[in-house]
Amino acid sequence: MTTERADAPPPGLMQIFLAFSKVGLTSFGGGLSGWMMREFVGNRRWLTEGEFLDGLSLCQALPGVNVVNLSIWIGYRLRGGRGALAGALGMVVPALILALGVVALAGEAVRGPAAHWMLAGVAAAALGLSIQMGLRAAWRAARRGVAPAAIVAATFVALFALRLPLIWVVLVMAPLGIAQAAWAMSRRGGG
Amino acid sequence: MEHPFWRILLVFLPLSFLTVGGGQSIVSDVHRQAVEVQGWMSDARFLELFALSRLTPGPGALLSPMVAFEAMGPWGALLAALAIFTPSSFLVWGLAGLWRRTHGAAWQKAVERGLAPVAAGMILAAGATLLRVAEGGWLAWAVAAASTVLLMTTRASPFLLLPAGALIFWVALA
Repeated sequence: MTTERADAPPPGLMQIFLAFSKVGLTSFGGGLSGWMMREFVGNRRWLTEGEFLDGLSLCQALPGVNVVNLSIWIGYRLRGGRGALAGALGMVVPALILALGVVALAGEAVRGPAAHWMLAGVAAAALGLSIQMGLRAAWRAARRGVAPAAIVAATFVALFALRLPLIWVVLVMAPLGIAQAAWAMSRRGGG
Repeated sequence: MEHPFWRILLVFLPLSFLTVGGGQSIVSDVHRQAVEVQGWMSDARFLELFALSRLTPGPGALLSPMVAFEAMGPWGALLAALAIFTPSSFLVWGLAGLWRRTHGAAWQKAVERGLAPVAAGMILAAGATLLRVAEGGWLAWAVAAASTVLLMTTRASPFLLLPAGALIFWVALA
């Protein structure tokens, strides 16, 4: 992939912070990485689609909140360590302040039954979001074979039915999953 | 007696490294800790915070500082935010250069592919755990099921689904 970027000098730290704040404060209902791609690749042309997808794959492979990881990656590409800090702070801090303000205010507001039930309704609809995301991911994994499907099922049962602490589940299942993927790849002759 | 802030670190610091495949994956453990282990709040209040975290913009992982805010106020929230975002951030920062140099190496694909089914199981467990404690009985199941089906079969926007859920509950229960 060729690197075709605008010849303009890289954006300043304040510009980076504000651009990430904008994405952080205008993205509702998940799908943040899609919004980031539109903003930074499409609108601002700060990096190419290939660079973006490269970073996305890193952030999905590493632990941590994907969108924050991605902010660090993009900020780092633009302005090194300080750019990474500006990007991550822009993504997190304004949205965090807003979220805490909402909790503080809602503490009073939801004492009424109407507001309480409306939030319960939002929660129920939002669960659909989680479940469809999980189902899609499970389907993609299951199509790769019986072993990945078994890993999905075992992780689910351990957390939901057995209520085991997440740390033990991940410490067992993550190496198992990676070993299985590596084994499957080597059997097909790399790739 | 230990300082209560240690609890915040103890709960959220490990989650920084356990978040695979997006903030959704740790919700079942945040719930387990907040309600069952630490006793910071009831199921009902946790669900309200979960709903608020979906209604506000930004990373879904902000649920964690919101829970800590409820438990221990603004400083607890700040500490939780630092605990959950900082450690993994340094990991990415440290690996960003290495990732460029070894682009496309087999181990990267193995890690990415190998974690995907674990993340899927975690996200499904988060959905099921909250459904188990959801308020509204059969109506909560019906709304969650309808929203799942709509999202999977149509291009319905979450923008509309969340207020629709609120409206249905308000008409039926309030």
